[in-house]
Amino acid sequence: MGELIVKDKEIVVPGQELAVGMDYLPTGGAFRENDKIISCQLGLINISGRLIKVIPLKGKYIPKKNDIVIGKIMNMSFSNWFIDIGCPSEAVLSFVNTNEYIDKGADLAQYYSFGDVIAAKISKVTRSSVDLSMKDGPGLKKLVGGKIVNVAPSKVPRIIGKQGSMITMIKEMLNCRMMVGQNGLVWMQGMPENELIATRAIRMIEDNAHLEGLTDKIKEFIENENKKLGVKNVQEKI
Amino acid sequence: MYKKRFDDRKFDELRPISAKTGVVKRADGSAMFRIGNTVALAAVYGPRELYPKFLQSPEKGILRCNYNMMSFSGAGERVRPGPTRRSKEISLVMEKALLPVLDLSDYPNAVIDVFVELLQTDAGTRCAGITAAAMALADAGIPMKDLVSSISVGLVGNTVVVDLNKEEEDYEEGSVDIPIAMTPRTNELTLLQLDGIISKDKLLEALQLGKKACQEIYKIQQKALKESYSVAGGKNE
Repeated sequence: MGELIVKDKEIVVPGQELAVGMDYLPTGGAFRENDKIISCQLGLINISGRLIKVIPLKGKYIPKKNDIVIGKIMNMSFSNWFIDIGCPSEAVLSFVNTNEYIDKGADLAQYYSFGDVIAAKISKVTRSSVDLSMKDGPGLKKLVGGKIVNVAPSKVPRIIGKQGSMITMIKEMLNCRMMVGQNGLVWMQGMPENELIATRAIRMIEDNAHLEGLTDKIKEFIENENKKLGVKNVQEKI
Repeated sequence: MYKKRFDDRKFDELRPISAKTGVVKRADGSAMFRIGNTVALAAVYGPRELYPKFLQSPEKGILRCNYNMMSFSGAGERVRPGPTRRSKEISLVMEKALLPVLDLSDYPNAVIDVFVELLQTDAGTRCAGITAAAMALADAGIPMKDLVSSISVGLVGNTVVVDLNKEEEDYEEGSVDIPIAMTPRTNELTLLQLDGIISKDKLLEALQLGKKACQEIYKIQQKALKESYSVAGGKNE
């Protein structure tokens, strides 16, 4: 008979035994050794049915197909841009995969130059390369102006919220344009004071990612900050 | 005959230990490990692309360790900064001690940099360094089969002791220093060095003590790794 050693949502460390017996199956972040299931990452346990998974708490971004990421142009050749998206290897964006018409042999720097930040979708991941595309999907373009905040990739789902509830709320309350890349980069553009509040809200989410009822907390925080700003603005006017 | 230890410890007793992770905020993972007066700080960066390119391995990522004693860390004399024969050697054995638990095949052409700085030294520095580095690697979210715990055992006079300090290492009747590192779950040695002359029986006895000490250190490592999240991230619910 299989026996579970850990509880759901418990924090485990690499090398920790999670379960004994063949009744359970290891998935991401865990592996089987003889009849034991062992964690290979620092993370939170997730048990669904017979599957045991370890959700990493930290770590570099691991590229996945169809993820929307934000990256910075680091290099370019005559037909490709090389983009830093925070994973161990550089991502490649070919000029045929942009949403602009680019003539063969044109100078790519006219479109996206060094240091420019773009939003793109991952179209293919192989062992040796990560391919990007800007063709399908809204909002895949060069990001001009605004501000970028870096968060841990594992916290991104909390920043987006269920069906985008968290990010939509922040956007609407602060009247900011925002975009969250799965690789942990959050781009925002709005009034400077609103950008600051949004940054602090994101930091708050990052620090309290384990807690429940986070959306209400953030709502309260932004309301308070908005009130303070309102008072200040009135005083300035007087 | 060495009958009583300089600091009144029992022969199989470790110096007071404290450990903490997440101490270097800009690093991908970091840890501090303190055993007695020896303090090691480890920071992990990566996996990131490796340059110069000819060092890259298309098969799997590589691990690069750097051991360094701070110039003010020693007892009295200033440690000359920069790489030395000794620090290069220790960097290498640290790398070899940590590699068996890492699976870097998912990171071709990449490197994981581990920087270990010794803020204060009182013997057992490479062991403190390896222990801190293992915690920092786990903190950086790198897949590992196990942690690595490390301790020095040895012979002072003719007595087998665990966790030697500098005074004992320099004992006038002679001493043998055996730093070991092991994977605590599978009980495999990943580092075994020996400096001096020791009989087979005494060596086996010392290794047994070391095994026990490594299990103790393992518990502290686990606790430190878990604690950093239950504090920063609220309740573990």
